[in-house]
Amino acid sequence: MQIAARALQGCTILDLSGDIDLAHSPAMRKALLGEIKEKRTPKVFLNLKNVRYIDSSGIASLVEGLKASRDLGSRLVLYGLNKTVREVMQLSRLQKIFEIYEDEEQALAS
Amino acid sequence: MPSGRTNTKHGVNSSCGKCAFHSELLLKLQLESNPQALGLVRAAIERATEVLHFHEDESRAIVRSVDEALANVIRHAYRGKSGCPIEVTCRHLHGTQSGACVSGIEIVLRDSGVCADPGKMKGRPLEEIRPGGLGLHFIRQSMDEVEFSRKKGKNQLRLVKYLAPAAPPTAPEGE
Repeated sequence: MQIAARALQGCTILDLSGDIDLAHSPAMRKALLGEIKEKRTPKVFLNLKNVRYIDSSGIASLVEGLKASRDLGSRLVLYGLNKTVREVMQLSRLQKIFEIYEDEEQALAS
Repeated sequence: MPSGRTNTKHGVNSSCGKCAFHSELLLKLQLESNPQALGLVRAAIERATEVLHFHEDESRAIVRSVDEALANVIRHAYRGKSGCPIEVTCRHLHGTQSGACVSGIEIVLRDSGVCADPGKMKGRPLEEIRPGGLGLHFIRQSMDEVEFSRKKGKNQLRLVKYLAPAAPPTAPEGE
């Protein structure tokens, strides 16, 4: 899995790629919580377009990030979810808990 | 769903009189409790499901279940310790039930970690929005059979998914 951060229109976008599984979710968790809790970034967007797979440990990290962003009054936005990732969100019944958009353009316009 | 089977040395055979099941070994993997191995297992199981002609939705569900089960072994049975043995056996189940052909995949995971408490293997209520406790839900929602047992000092998790019966061919227009 690879993580790259970029700043755009006052928010931070984390571009994730590869598989977010037990081996790699700690790195995503660290990057995500670093943006939300340490840097206090008001808007954090996760670009999941190139994520092939996510497991329950990855979902747990996303939930942790969401809770942290709610506690601090910031926003955590997800976009670019493929079928596999959407399926896992649905199985977790989390698709309505997160702010999810189709693509970057929609996410930035929100 | 097929029922009445008993495990035998040579695979799975019927005990109800209406069913006759057999199994063939597709794959046997011996790995260590290293999270980096999960990607390799996912790839191997995905290929096995393709060979058996599972629909891609079902294939993803099976791969997800095996991945979550292995992650649970690493996290809970071995408490995150790497280098401990895990065996994954994958078999093709096939036979008849009440005259109909039935086919499926059986995946058995064995580890020598601490004995899991079946009472705690429930997962958390999905209404609770908090991290953790989702892996078991994924497994139970995806697989037709999920059986945990402890045999000869080893944890054994047996997962089975049956192939959905093929839809009857549609008659060409005009017939």
